[in-house]
Amino acid sequence: MTTFTKVPKHVEEELEKSSLTPSRRNFLKSAGLLVVSFSAAGTDTLIPRANAQTSAGSQGAGPYHDPDFRQLDSWIVIHEDSTATFYVGKTDCGQGTGTSFRQLMSDELDIAYDKTTCIMGSTDITVDQGGSGGSTAMERDAWPMRRAAAEARSVLLEMGSTRFDVPVDQLAVNAGVITVKADPSKSVTYGQLIGGKRFNVELTGKDINAITGVAKVKPVQEHKIVGQSPQRYDIPAKVDGSLKWAVDVSLPGMVHARNVKPPVAGAKLVSIDESSVRSLPGFIKVVSKGNYVAVVCEREEQAIKAARQLKVNWEKPATAPFPSSEDLFQYMRGAAPTSSSKPILVGDPDAGFASAAKVIEADYDVPFQGHTAISPAHAMADPSNGQMTVYSNDMKSYGMRRGVATFLNIPQDQVRVVWMEGPQGFGRTAADDAGCEAAYIAKEIGRPVRMQWMRDEETAWDTKAPAFAVKLRGGLDAQGNLVAYDYNALAADYNHLGYNEPDTVLIAQLMGMRRATPASGSAATPSEMYAIPHRRMASQVVSLPLIWETPVRTGNLRDPNGPQSTFAAESFIDELAAAANADPFEFRMKLLTASTDDDRTFRRARSIACLKAAADTYGWDRRPSPKARGTGEILTGRGLAYAFRNNTVIAEIAEVEVNRRTGHVWVKRLVCAHDCGLVVNPMSMRHTIECAMLHSLSRTLHEEVQFDTEKVTSVDWNSSPTLTHADTPERIDVVLVNGDPNPNRPDLAPYGGGEAACKPMLAAVANAIFDATGVRLHRVPFRPARVLAALQTARV
Amino acid sequence: MSNIALKVNGKMHALDVDPATPLLYILRNDLGLKGPHFGCGLGQCGLCTVIINGVATRSCITPASAVKGEVTTLEGIAKDGKLHPLQQAWIDEQVPQCGFCQNGQIMTAKALLDKNPHPTDAQIREGMNRTLCRCMTYYRVQAAIKRAAKMMADAPAASQKEVVA
Repeated sequence: MTTFTKVPKHVEEELEKSSLTPSRRNFLKSAGLLVVSFSAAGTDTLIPRANAQTSAGSQGAGPYHDPDFRQLDSWIVIHEDSTATFYVGKTDCGQGTGTSFRQLMSDELDIAYDKTTCIMGSTDITVDQGGSGGSTAMERDAWPMRRAAAEARSVLLEMGSTRFDVPVDQLAVNAGVITVKADPSKSVTYGQLIGGKRFNVELTGKDINAITGVAKVKPVQEHKIVGQSPQRYDIPAKVDGSLKWAVDVSLPGMVHARNVKPPVAGAKLVSIDESSVRSLPGFIKVVSKGNYVAVVCEREEQAIKAARQLKVNWEKPATAPFPSSEDLFQYMRGAAPTSSSKPILVGDPDAGFASAAKVIEADYDVPFQGHTAISPAHAMADPSNGQMTVYSNDMKSYGMRRGVATFLNIPQDQVRVVWMEGPQGFGRTAADDAGCEAAYIAKEIGRPVRMQWMRDEETAWDTKAPAFAVKLRGGLDAQGNLVAYDYNALAADYNHLGYNEPDTVLIAQLMGMRRATPASGSAATPSEMYAIPHRRMASQVVSLPLIWETPVRTGNLRDPNGPQSTFAAESFIDELAAAANADPFEFRMKLLTASTDDDRTFRRARSIACLKAAADTYGWDRRPSPKARGTGEILTGRGLAYAFRNNTVIAEIAEVEVNRRTGHVWVKRLVCAHDCGLVVNPMSMRHTIECAMLHSLSRTLHEEVQFDTEKVTSVDWNSSPTLTHADTPERIDVVLVNGDPNPNRPDLAPYGGGEAACKPMLAAVANAIFDATGVRLHRVPFRPARVLAALQTARV
Repeated sequence: MSNIALKVNGKMHALDVDPATPLLYILRNDLGLKGPHFGCGLGQCGLCTVIINGVATRSCITPASAVKGEVTTLEGIAKDGKLHPLQQAWIDEQVPQCGFCQNGQIMTAKALLDKNPHPTDAQIREGMNRTLCRCMTYYRVQAAIKRAAKMMADAPAASQKEVVA
């Protein structure tokens, strides 16, 4: 790679054209932040408490420095026309978080929402908040944004105070206009005070999450924009075709690359017959190192053809990389654990079981389930002039930047990742592969490279949620109270992938890079607030035989481990309720209302509130399950399940129709009672909850990674089915419970909302099928053949 | 390579490409029409949908040489600077999550409503069924189709006259 000289003109032009970064660079240039220093005379003297010294920091020779998160100017820019641009280190996977950030920051800054824009997640112009993941957008990452906006407002008020020579408390501020209360004819706009200039205010705090100025954020009661539902700003360009996605980047001299994957997991490359493709139109090169193979062509369809036609000799591994998916659970139960969690103990479980009048036990299995994004992995990398720009939808763009720099062994300040929108991957793009591949090939051939995975490649080789095998045992006393409980989970999660580390992306593995200590992985224990006097909960991780260069590799899929553990836990609570001849709602309420002092973040009180809200909304008729079986072809029933994820509580009810002749299950109606604290944009939140429920419903009814002992065999939408329009419920009710027991608490915090609603769905549907048919399903997905077999076994 | 003539969104284009090239890559890479997206290359998901002679067509498995008639893409359904009622309904219902599949949803819905302006719920489910969305926006897609059908029925007759692509 050549030594860096300067950022090529066409790269800057590409970014100027991008609808996602319209004004940042123009502003930076005009404000002197990018090229030459701008005379900020007049501003420093107006900010008496600010440390106006810009921290120079130790920057390398490369062009892409880290924006300084302690500089207020890195977060907020106010333009001369009194509009504002917010710069946040987050990415939006499709849930409208950018709109919510704008609402929160607009409220704190006291500026009209429609006078603001939000720029997200490009490593050279937005501070490193890590991108997205873990439902942390509102719960954690919005706080530094809010504090920065509150500080900006405070600084502007002080500037107004100086201008009018009146104390700050005699000023009013509304929608970006500061007015002297006693003389409303005296007013000044934010733009007039600081438009196009720097704040030069340094924030404090040990890390980016802690940064703060002097000003306090507003109490909830003073919010005007938060709690409203402005339409998402990103949607119009998504319906008229004008949005520029990461897949749309087109650069002069660009070429197209496609991977050639090993046909069998763990295969070794023996030889490549380049003559098999050399004469194809547009062929440029075969790029290969270790077991990694890709072809590069001038045009996209040429690259697809060449990748299919390239003759490669592979040697199969001596031993099978994994058991077949049919034998997976038997394998897991017989495998020696790679790690075990310390059991969670309450009371004396052995004594509890000894005292029980009735003991029941059950096993629950959840197979590997894929991320299967609607469009496969992709990235564009431009190596011009020795720098490296990667255009990507990676949800953790900052991690990709570090990964690319480390993988290519080039200084990090010569690499940037420009985040652009793409297909929602539910965690897939936290461990993106295409960015490192595009960058590697671009460096090899010295031209901009667009890497695009194909459908079969993505469905087979994307990251998977770990398979779970859970054993549960419960003891009821003579009155039907749950007195003893034992939960044991096995998760096939060894060598769980990290976030773009160069030793976890597939290209690096195929080239032989290995991490010294594979990630231990994790299982999960139930997330509920039931008071059970004697309880033991334990989990263990097991490993498949092959952990490197394998398509059956685990990564974080939306609410990692939550749907699996909750399928087992909340199905089993229903089994216990049935054994106690109790209504499933009342059985749970009794467990929640049992006396205890433990109620951090009011999770128990909020659990009770959510269960009640769900039952009331649905119109829950209190009776034990199963109901008296119908005589027609269609059997109907309803099921309930509940859980929390961190501080968010969810209760869901599914109403099903089960066709006893075909085994087909239609979830006709869904109810979700959801408490994630303060809701910034209720409409957006409702939509996210609807879609999260349906995503989990797809995992409940359809999704399973299938493989033989060599390769993944579920590779397209026929062999790897997903929820469809025909599966869609007739009615979905979402109730935002929010903050019970004290909804007017001024410090009511927003908790995570992107994943929680995924959690209870599998069990809610299983419980509804049990209610309808009397048949308990212990393994997802509930595809018609599996349901029909269970019905026939039970002579339903 | 050979010369292919394509009429897309009212404009004629002459192209020198392999006639077996899937229409999708010509639209995206040669004509700069980025509305249709790649999702599977197998005709299974619908992300690449365009309308040819009134029929929702999966451009990823349609060779350029097989195109007989005018192609309409997502970029071509707004008229006189005004969004198509389906696009407006998509905004009103706030349909998309990530939005990557919505080209397929909107274009399939357009072909559906052009043939059947008043579809029942069952006809919407059936007509849209093989058009996939992994964000699972189906519930709002169906609501938006019904909203658009109503908007089109309520609109003055004159504006309903639309050239069938």
